[in-house]
Amino acid sequence: MYQALYNLTSNTIISTLIVALVPLTLILLYALFAIWLERKVSAHMQDRLGPMRTGWHGWLQTIADMIKMIQKEDTIAADADKKLFNIAPVLVFAGSFAAFAAIPFSSAIIGSEIEVGLFYIIAISSLVVAGILMAGWSSNNKYSLLGAMRSAAQIVSYEIPTALVVLTMVMYTGTLSLDKISQQQTAYFWNWNLFGGPEFGLAKFILIPFMLVAFIIMFISTLAEVNRTPFDIPEAESELVAGYFTEYSGMKWGMFMLSEYANMFAVSSIVSILFLGGYQSPFGYLGNTLGIEWLVPIEQLFWFVSKTLFFVFVQMWLRWTLPRLRVDQLMTVCWKYLIPYAVANLIIVGIVTLL
Amino acid sequence: MALKTETMILNMGPQHPSTHGVLRLELELEGELIVDVKPHIGYLHRCFEKHAEAMTYPQVIPYTDRMDYLASMYNNFGYVLAVEKLLGIEVPERVEYIRVIMGELQRIASHLVAIGTYGLDIGAFTPFLYCFRDREKILNLFEITCGARLLYNYMWVGGLSHDIHPDFVRLTKDFIKEFRPTIKELNDLLSYNKIFIERTANIGILPLATAINYGVTGPSLRGSGLAFDLRKEEPYSIYDRFDFDVPVGQGLMGTVGDCWDRYYVRVLEMEQSLRIIEQAIDKIPDGDVHSAIPRRIKPPVGTVYQRVENPRGELGYFIISDGSTNPFRVKVRAPSFVNLEVLGELCKGHLVADVIAILGSIDIVLGEVDR
Repeated sequence: MYQALYNLTSNTIISTLIVALVPLTLILLYALFAIWLERKVSAHMQDRLGPMRTGWHGWLQTIADMIKMIQKEDTIAADADKKLFNIAPVLVFAGSFAAFAAIPFSSAIIGSEIEVGLFYIIAISSLVVAGILMAGWSSNNKYSLLGAMRSAAQIVSYEIPTALVVLTMVMYTGTLSLDKISQQQTAYFWNWNLFGGPEFGLAKFILIPFMLVAFIIMFISTLAEVNRTPFDIPEAESELVAGYFTEYSGMKWGMFMLSEYANMFAVSSIVSILFLGGYQSPFGYLGNTLGIEWLVPIEQLFWFVSKTLFFVFVQMWLRWTLPRLRVDQLMTVCWKYLIPYAVANLIIVGIVTLL
Repeated sequence: MALKTETMILNMGPQHPSTHGVLRLELELEGELIVDVKPHIGYLHRCFEKHAEAMTYPQVIPYTDRMDYLASMYNNFGYVLAVEKLLGIEVPERVEYIRVIMGELQRIASHLVAIGTYGLDIGAFTPFLYCFRDREKILNLFEITCGARLLYNYMWVGGLSHDIHPDFVRLTKDFIKEFRPTIKELNDLLSYNKIFIERTANIGILPLATAINYGVTGPSLRGSGLAFDLRKEEPYSIYDRFDFDVPVGQGLMGTVGDCWDRYYVRVLEMEQSLRIIEQAIDKIPDGDVHSAIPRRIKPPVGTVYQRVENPRGELGYFIISDGSTNPFRVKVRAPSFVNLEVLGELCKGHLVADVIAILGSIDIVLGEVDR
C-alpha cells in the first residue's frame, strides 16, 4: 500500500501518514461499532433492548459516550505515580494499535508489508502487559495492583500456547508474513488451513483434526490474552471492581476501553488469517468473474471484516453466557491442558508436514 | 535466613460491587490467600429496635418492611403473627391463605435475587437479568394487590391492608405456568454450567456441626444437609395443611455443605414454594380481610417469641408488652446477622475470588444485618 501511494504522490511523508492513518481510522470506526454491537448483543441475549434513543437502534450511543468521556474531568489520585499513571493508557493503546500495522485487511490494504508480520504482532502486543503493570502499580490502589498482577501472569502464560500454535502454523505454511499466509489459502474454502491447507493429498486429510485442535487452542488462548470472559479475571468486576483501570476516568479510561476492543479485533483477525484464509473469499470473487479488477480488494476487505467480526461476536456471545474462572483454575487450564496439547500438536503437525 | 514478609490488608467494601450492600470486609491476605476475614457491620444501622419502642404496634409494621427489603412480606408476616399471639386473636381463613401465598411468592422473589446476584458474583451476567425479569412478574402481582413493589406494609395485625385484586388468582396461575420452565432454563444456563460448578463446588464447605454451633439457619443450614424448616418443624399460620418437601444439600457436585449445595437448595425451594402456592390458590375461602383487625391494639402484659422461616432462615420476633399501646421492647433475631458470623470460618485458606463466592452463597441482606 505504501508503495502504491508513493508512486501516486512521490512524497514519503504524505504516503507514510496516509498509511498510518488508514488503520487508525479503521480501528476507531470499528471500536465505535463494536462497543455498540456488544451492547446490543448483550441486551438481546438478556431480553432487553439496549440503547434505543440515540439514533436508529441507538447507533449513536458510543459516539455520545465518547463525547461525554472527552468532557469528563481527568482525575488523578493524590498518591498516584503521575508519570507512570499518564503513560500507561497510551502504552496500552499504542501496543494494541501497533498490531494493526501488519494486519492485511485485503491484498491492497496492509499498513506495512513486513516479512515477519506474525512475529511482530506477537512481540508488539506484549507491550500491553507493560502498560497494564504500570497502570496497576501507579494507581496506588490494592485492587488495581491485584488486577495488574493477575493480568500480567495471565497474558504471559497464555502467550505460550498462542506462540506454540503460531509456530505450528509457521512450520506448516513456511512463512511469517501474514499476507503470504493469506495468499496461500486462496480460491475455495477447502483450501483454508483449518481444512488442511491448499495442497491436496493424504497429508491434508491427516492434518484436519490437528488443525482443529490448533484452532481451538488458539481461540481459547487469544480469549485469555484479551481478558475476555471466561478469562476476564484481571478486571473481574465482582472481585476487583475494575481491575487495573479502577482509578482511571475520562478519556484515559476510554483508551483502555478502546484498546480492549482493538485487541479483540486484532486477535480475531490473526485467528481468521491463520485458519480461515484471512481476506480470501470462500468461493471465488465476483470481481474476477466480471473482469472488474478493483472490485477484488473491496470484496477481500468485506470477507476479512466479516470473518473477524464473526469471531468478535463469538467472544461477546461467550462473555454474556459463561461465568468466570478463578485465577488458579485459569492457570491450570493454561499449563496443564493447553500447553501440553499445543506441544503435542506442534510435533505431530511437524512430522506430517515433513513427510 | 528467611525473607521478612508481611500480609496485606485489603479493605473490601462498604462500597464494593459484591458485598451485597454496605458490608465492609477486612481481608488479611497472603498473596491472594485469605488469612483472616473480619466483617465490619453497622453502616445501615437505623435503630429499628429502639424506634419500635416509641411506636404503637401497627406503626412498627412499616419498619419491619425495611429490615430485609428483599423479603418484606415475610418480615410483616412474622411480626403480625407475634402480635396476634400476644393479643390471642384468631384471623379469618381467607387472611391466612392470602398470607401464605404472599409469603411464598416473596420467597421465590427473594431467592431469585439471591440466585441472580450469585451468578453475577461468579461472573455470569445474563442469569441475573433473567432472574430479575421473573422477579418483576412477582412484584407486579404485589403491586396490583397493595400498590407497593418493595415495601408493602401489607400484613396488618388481625388482617391485611387490602383484599386481593379480582384478577390476582388468574395472574398468579399464569405466573406459575410461565415460571416453571424458566427454572429449568436457569439450571441449564447456570446451575449445571461446568465453570460455575468449578467455582462453587467444594468451596466454603460448612460442616453441619459448625453450622449448628453458629446457629446458622435457612438454606445455608439445609445446604449442610439438615432438613430443618420451621414451616415443617413448628408449623405456624396454616403451613401444616400443605404438602411440600424440604430440600437439603446432597453434595451432588462436591462435598455436602459447599457453596453449590447452598445455591442449589434455593433453586429447589422455589419449586416447593410453587407447589404450596398451587395448593393454596384454588382454596382461598370467601371472607372479609378486615373483619378481625382490632380497633385498638393494647395487648396484656407479657412476652412473646414468634419465629418464622424467612427466605434467609429463622426470623424471630421477641416482644415484651407492658400493657400499653407501644411495645416495651422488640428484639429481632435476624437470620442474615447470625448467618454472616460463619463467614470467617468458611473463608480461611481460600482465595479472594472465593470470598465473593462464599459471601454470595450465604445470601445476606444488610438491611437485616444492621437493622
